[in-house]
Amino acid sequence: MARAMSMTPVSATPIVHLDRIWKSFHGTAVLTDVSLTVPRGQVVCIIGPSGAGKSTLLRCVNHLEAIDHGTIFFEGVPVYRYLRGGKKVIDPDRRIEQVRAQIGMVFQSFNLFPHLTALGNITEAPVHVRGTPPAQARDQALALLRKVGLEARASAYPHELSGGQQQRVAIARALAMEPKLMLFDEATSALDPELVGEVLRVMRQLATEGTTMLVVTHEMGFARDVADRVVFMDHGAVVEDGPPERVFTTPRSPRTRQFLQTILNRGEADPQPAVEYSA
Amino acid sequence: MMFSLDDMIAFLPSLLQGALITITVSLLAFAFACVLGLVLGLLRMARLLPLRMLAAAYIQFIRGTPLLLQLFFIYYVLPYAGVTLTPFASGVIGLTMNYAAYMAEVFRSGIQAIARGQWEAGFAVGMSRRLLMKRIVLPQALRIIVPSLGNFFVSIFKDSALVSVLTLRDLMFSGQLLASATFKHFEIFTMVAVIYFLISYPAAKLVEYIEMRLDITRRPRPAAGLRQDATGQEAAAIRRGSLA
Ligand SMILES: Nc1ncnc2c1ncn2[C@@H]1O[C@H](COP(=O)(O)OP(=O)(O)O)[C@@H](O)[C@H]1O
Ligand SMILES: [Mg+2]
Repeated sequence: MARAMSMTPVSATPIVHLDRIWKSFHGTAVLTDVSLTVPRGQVVCIIGPSGAGKSTLLRCVNHLEAIDHGTIFFEGVPVYRYLRGGKKVIDPDRRIEQVRAQIGMVFQSFNLFPHLTALGNITEAPVHVRGTPPAQARDQALALLRKVGLEARASAYPHELSGGQQQRVAIARALAMEPKLMLFDEATSALDPELVGEVLRVMRQLATEGTTMLVVTHEMGFARDVADRVVFMDHGAVVEDGPPERVFTTPRSPRTRQFLQTILNRGEADPQPAVEYSA
Repeated sequence: MMFSLDDMIAFLPSLLQGALITITVSLLAFAFACVLGLVLGLLRMARLLPLRMLAAAYIQFIRGTPLLLQLFFIYYVLPYAGVTLTPFASGVIGLTMNYAAYMAEVFRSGIQAIARGQWEAGFAVGMSRRLLMKRIVLPQALRIIVPSLGNFFVSIFKDSALVSVLTLRDLMFSGQLLASATFKHFEIFTMVAVIYFLISYPAAKLVEYIEMRLDITRRPRPAAGLRQDATGQEAAAIRRGSLA
């Protein structure tokens, strides 16, 4: 796994650093004192049982969810969107939008814009958020479609595409903003098993190119092969955080061991073990 | 009772003039009501509570009182407050204010029918609320809203008959004037009915045509390859969550 960017010195400012995050929904704690660092160029995979808080964590990273306490740093600068001691501490919308524009996100359910073509989905944000000239945005979008293997479907509407194709367009849409970090929330969990591979292939390629990625996944094979670090979450907390070899072969916590056991039992006979397992 | 061609030819010009007023009042009120209705619908979802409450109060008030009374207020009561309006202006304003209240709810429910995932996808690429509303949510919501707006479009021609009480010479009032002058109620009101129908029917056909056009082309369908359970989860996520 020769990934150029993972050679970046560890002293460099991480893209995202979560410092002791707390988050609850209607009084139920969902994230409890979570800290996590994503250095530039790393692929960090988050695994864990359904309801562990993985999606919530990812959504906090790009401020789709406001946190209750803690600090989220983006490239070393804190971004505030939360309640602290009963008082709202919040950055202007504009600043949060600027941060989000630098973070790509891929959702389990694709969330493509159904009234726009594949090309339109990809050019929408560059043109209307960043002000890229339409002709230039179009060229970039076509290049991205080529990259995800869908150049021929540029003018197709989302409902004319298979799930795997839609998800690849969604990845291209996120990449069009040239994000510093890509978030994937179970990008393959909603797909029919035969469509999982084409999406994972694109994700692997991105990793090889040195894209910084934070990936929630049940694809243990992907995590093992691609991740620089694997984070195991359970009950709203980070239980384990280390290189895949260590987390998968000698997990420190019995909870991790138990989770991996369940996954392996379920998946040994199945080439796509994670597909059955969705949050 | 017999229709005489001479009578019909005699009545027609004045009735057609009335019809022109009916069409003008209705089209103007419909256009203004669409704009005001959208604004009210957006205010109903504003982040500031006082704005939401104001819009809700307006809508409740309009929906809780008769259109006829609203027209009387604008034409007969406003002058006491120093605002005197022509029958034409009163009619257009009254119909606009009334229809906007009903349309606001249509706009609001259409906008709220757009999945939360659309907002999240937009936010995730750095779009502002405003841009998202304009570029992503409204274009999709419009497809849901258009059939309801179409019903309003057809009914406004008929409801506009109420403006005749403001002495505006629309189709209805022109008919009434002719009838009381000639006592040929049957002939005149039959002609009035036929003319109303000749206005409403093409309007209904136009709406049908627009709906059909919107329906066939790129109507959002459940995604191929998205499994049933995943769709269910997404629906659950939409149900339990509010917008970020
Ligand atoms: N918007 C929300 N409102 C209320 N509860 C929520 C919301 N989002 C997530 N939760 C709850 O938070 C917990 C963690 O959810 P999630 O982050 O989706 O877990 P995971 O992705 O690990 O399966 C779950 O118990 C879920 O029901
Ligand atoms: Mg999840």
